[in-house]
Amino acid sequence: LSAASEIPKEDDRPKWDNKFQYILSCIGFAVGLGNVWRFPYLCQIHGGGAFLIPYFIALLFEGIPLLHLELALGQYLRKGSIGAWNTISPYLGGVGVGSWMVSVLVSLYYNTVLTWVMWYFINSFQEPLPWSVCPLNENRTGFKEECHESTAVNYFWYRKTLNITPDIAESGKLQWWLVLCLAACWLIVYLCTIRGIETTGKAIYVTAIFPYLVLTIFLIQGLTLPGATEGLIYLFTPNLNILKNPRVWLDAATQIFFSLSLAFGGLIAFASYNPTKNDCEKDAVTVAIVNSMTSLYASIPVFSVLGFKATTAYWDCLDRNIVNIINEFDLPEESIMRQNYTSWISFLNSSYPEKIAGLKLKSCDLQEFLDQSVSGTGLAFIVFTQAIILMPGSQAWAILFFIMLFSLGLSSMFGNIEGVFTPLLELQIIPKSAPKELLSGIICLISFLIALSFTLGSGSYWIDIFDRYAASVPLLVIAFFEVIGVVYIYKIKRFSKDVEWMTGRKLNLYWHIAWRFISPLLLLIVFMAFVTLQMQKTPSYTAWNPKYEGFPMKEEKVYPPWVQAICVLLAALPGMCVPLVALFHLVKEKRRSKDPSFVPPEVFSCQAANS
Amino acid sequence: MLRALLLTLSVVAIAHAELCKPDAQNAFKVRISIKTALGDNAYAWDANEEYLFKAMVAFAMRRYSSKSTTQISNVLLCNVTDRVSFWFVVTDSSKNVTTVPGSEVEAAIRMNRNRINNAFLLSDKTLQFLKITSTLSPPVEPSTPVWLIVFGVVLCLIVAGIVFLVVSGIQKHKKKNKDSTERENLEEKVEVTLENGIPCEALDLKAGHINGVFAADDERFTSL
Repeated sequence: LSAASEIPKEDDRPKWDNKFQYILSCIGFAVGLGNVWRFPYLCQIHGGGAFLIPYFIALLFEGIPLLHLELALGQYLRKGSIGAWNTISPYLGGVGVGSWMVSVLVSLYYNTVLTWVMWYFINSFQEPLPWSVCPLNENRTGFKEECHESTAVNYFWYRKTLNITPDIAESGKLQWWLVLCLAACWLIVYLCTIRGIETTGKAIYVTAIFPYLVLTIFLIQGLTLPGATEGLIYLFTPNLNILKNPRVWLDAATQIFFSLSLAFGGLIAFASYNPTKNDCEKDAVTVAIVNSMTSLYASIPVFSVLGFKATTAYWDCLDRNIVNIINEFDLPEESIMRQNYTSWISFLNSSYPEKIAGLKLKSCDLQEFLDQSVSGTGLAFIVFTQAIILMPGSQAWAILFFIMLFSLGLSSMFGNIEGVFTPLLELQIIPKSAPKELLSGIICLISFLIALSFTLGSGSYWIDIFDRYAASVPLLVIAFFEVIGVVYIYKIKRFSKDVEWMTGRKLNLYWHIAWRFISPLLLLIVFMAFVTLQMQKTPSYTAWNPKYEGFPMKEEKVYPPWVQAICVLLAALPGMCVPLVALFHLVKEKRRSKDPSFVPPEVFSCQAANS
Repeated sequence: MLRALLLTLSVVAIAHAELCKPDAQNAFKVRISIKTALGDNAYAWDANEEYLFKAMVAFAMRRYSSKSTTQISNVLLCNVTDRVSFWFVVTDSSKNVTTVPGSEVEAAIRMNRNRINNAFLLSDKTLQFLKITSTLSPPVEPSTPVWLIVFGVVLCLIVAGIVFLVVSGIQKHKKKNKDSTERENLEEKVEVTLENGIPCEALDLKAGHINGVFAADDERFTSL
């Protein structure tokens, strides 16, 4: 019987205190910053409510099957990613190594994003908020030019936080305030992951639940803001024509994939601490649905606030025009209000067209302000911070918002670190007698030292590179090999028996179809489409350059060749681990088989003698 | 006599009209936004407010040049609109029918801007002297930046947490080592029935460990 040989004895492997901790950890890992700042953006640019259709189809055929696969794998084999894949087949060990590598790369840059969040958090205690006013120039006659030409919020982000250089080749110096915050962030990560799931299991109660509380508070407050309804209507109005664009389907598939944090090895590690008789099918469906619901739930306050910001900007535009007109024509104050602005304009335009033309009034269009869509760090650190200034009691909102972002990111960091920690623990890098605290300390220290490079002046350009290349293509490759490996090398019949043994009921036809055909096919299509799109244009980036003529627009620049080489390396290396490790084993086998005195190990390995 | 007086008055009036008109030399335009500044508490701009304005300008001139020759009558206002905006000019009583140079007026206003603003309950933005730029006051900066203090608090909490966890880990480790050596000593002394190296008392015979192989096998055999 296949099940016999692989169940290890009940050993001193750490376990979850209770099922809820495990589910919460998986949810915390899946729910991250992307749910707040990427999903609403995608909804907005891809036809509002219509985007939900490809999103849920991708969830059904790609997200849930892959998630179930990983959780079942980890729970059954009770090992981290490297150990698990080595158990399935030494030729597939590369999949585990690849996941481990991606977890390392992502941990490095993800914590730097949390550093930025922490920096904004500790600056939120100041009155007035430091990103609401421009600093004065030397002779105090006006504001600093860089700040005056863009906005105070932009200035605070690009100059006071990042101190960004105008080009990626210029590294600049280490920004000491960011180094301090980075040290604090890695210390927090160390504090929470010091004994593996023993400590993260306690910390997750706070970091996974707190964001929901804050989102609810923001939801209630956001809905009371003027202009919130415009934002929500704009977000959710479906534009079904958009479904004809294949880009929409690609974005939905990649969003589901990255949002569920698949192929990092962290989920396998989490599941490996479970008792074997646990219903992983129900867990997978639960985690996937909670993740998607959180994305939807988060987009409501985000869009209320964005609607509020657009409305305020629209009113500001109108007010500025009104003041200009009143000053020019010396009309009494409050004679022109926002409501009768259009009638006044038409009247004045007919009577004094030259004067009106001379004023160079900006055309104010609410739709235009709503159309300005931003995702990622731009949403959190520029758009949202600007909206927070306009709310009464800005400090409190800023503090709440940044603590929420920090918790979201921290719970995802736990999964990343677990994906690095568990395999290393199993490989016994440090002697068994040494405490676990030492290994987690070493991991955090080395990561901190490497991540210092992200606190340089050009750091944020590098983080963009890591985000675009290290955390995208390799994951698709690894996930593809995961599915193929389990279904065709470990054999689906054997795997379904294992899952049935764990869950206690027969595997639904849906899983068979999804694992055998739909998921691998979808992954292949998504991977090829993704790579094709990336290769269509030379990789470029936008740089913040105060000396650029189009300033405050960002300057479009092409990556220098050495940077492009690094991009390719980042994207290719984790994926290359799979064939490289397989090749390595093949060579080792060939060399062994040439030795006549050596008995081939296949006789003893159950993997060869199976159904 | 009367005719001479009338003539002088008309000359003065015409001269005043000549001196104070939009874009005249040494004249400044003022723009006041009372409703924007005060909302519901806005007062109306009338002749009394104009008188106060003349008084404040005269005050500023006196303070600046330290000679008490500027009178309220030296300040001329004209072209008052509904906006509320008007032009003003300061005449020099010592020299006949001339205006004080614009640079002097500008310096005087700038020096006393705060007093003038406060007299009208307005600010630099709502009481605008169109050609006179105001010196912006720097924001209040505490000696230690606030963020550094908050950072210090956060860091202390984190380090305290780490120290606590590490120390408790070391204590647990020591206790486990002590316990295991104690148990070894105990086992040597007491004759205990051992089953596979585990004392029988330790085994919870009721719960036991189910061997998964045989449990799964049970389903395959037909029940008797």
